[in-house]
Amino acid sequence: MQQTRTVELGTGLFVLLGIAALFFLTTQTTGTGMGRVETYMVTARFDNIGGLTARAPVTMAGVAIGRVEKIELDPERLDAVVTLQIDRRYDQIPEDSEASILTAGLLGGNYIGIGAGGSFDSLRDGDEIYLTQSALVLESLISRFLFSQSDDEDDD
Amino acid sequence: MGLIREIGDTLVAFLRALGSMAMFLGRLLMYTPAGLLRFRLVVHQVHNAGALSLAIIMLSGFFVGLVLGLQGFDLLARFNSENVLGGAVALGLIKELGPVVTALLFAGRAGTALASEIGLMKATDQLSAMEMMAVDPMKRVVLPRFLGGVIAMPFLVAIFTAIGIFGSWVIGVAWMGVDPGVFWSQMQSLVSMDDVREGIFKSVVFGVAASLVAVYEGYTAWPTAEGVGRATTRTVVITAVSVLILDYMITAALL
Repeated sequence: MQQTRTVELGTGLFVLLGIAALFFLTTQTTGTGMGRVETYMVTARFDNIGGLTARAPVTMAGVAIGRVEKIELDPERLDAVVTLQIDRRYDQIPEDSEASILTAGLLGGNYIGIGAGGSFDSLRDGDEIYLTQSALVLESLISRFLFSQSDDEDDD
Repeated sequence: MGLIREIGDTLVAFLRALGSMAMFLGRLLMYTPAGLLRFRLVVHQVHNAGALSLAIIMLSGFFVGLVLGLQGFDLLARFNSENVLGGAVALGLIKELGPVVTALLFAGRAGTALASEIGLMKATDQLSAMEMMAVDPMKRVVLPRFLGGVIAMPFLVAIFTAIGIFGSWVIGVAWMGVDPGVFWSQMQSLVSMDDVREGIFKSVVFGVAASLVAVYEGYTAWPTAEGVGRATTRTVVITAVSVLILDYMITAALL
């Protein structure tokens, strides 16, 4: 009987440790902030999303308030429709707010920053953010700079 | 001609082994609901495969974490991005190293024990004796050992991974001076729930594969001392190779 008890005790300890480790992995190592939180969806159209990907953070004043749910191409208007999933707690974002695609650091990933507007009405589930600013694409920026340089030289 | 025949024979033997192992798995799965009712037997085998492997899994996990911490820090420091160390190590451990290394250790620690135990029971006619008493050794001996391994494996992987992350924390934060807040927040922003799910899925698949190979090799071993020894060796080799191949296939499918 003594031996059965030791076996059961050891197994119980093992399973408990395993569950604790699983709990640690699922809660501490992952960004589950948005996992079970109540959210609502808004969309925004961009001419160019640059390197934006699904699950990129959505921030307001630098604070993460949601994530990019999905990115699709509108087959008729040929622009990108980005669906944002925003935490229910932040349901008082003015509806004339501006969404812009920003880059974290020089080579960091893209994210969406929302700049507050002045309207008294706030965004609701399914609304669209009309004021948007596309991603800054480094190549087009550089080429524009180079062309303006050569233009200047032609003027001389 | 001899060469062609030899290749053909090898191929046929391989296919036969594959087929009989698949049928073996089918039989085990068919008995599983009834086997789970013999709870005591399964608990005993979870103890054998899991609790007794705990020390080696924890020790190996810790040192794998230490090495990942050192190597990762050295590599990332060249790009001035030591801050992502936590995320890089956690991703590597959760998705790849945790399941794979645990499966290899499992094959060495628990797989060999299962194969030689069942093989010896066969060699000493214990299995035949059971059959004589109308006890199906598949249900009484093989199935609990298989289920024990399958149940123990995901827990072992989780423990290995958690300890590994702790090991890299020791190197990164406590020794190399990575900011602890950044270490965890980078990890949380890099690792998603899908990554953890992939790791758990892999650990379940590897658990089935490693346990199946071990009990199959033991059950089909030649009932001699040499046969049992050979079955033990084959268990480790086949488990290692099949785990690595399965790992590639799962990774390719899920990426």
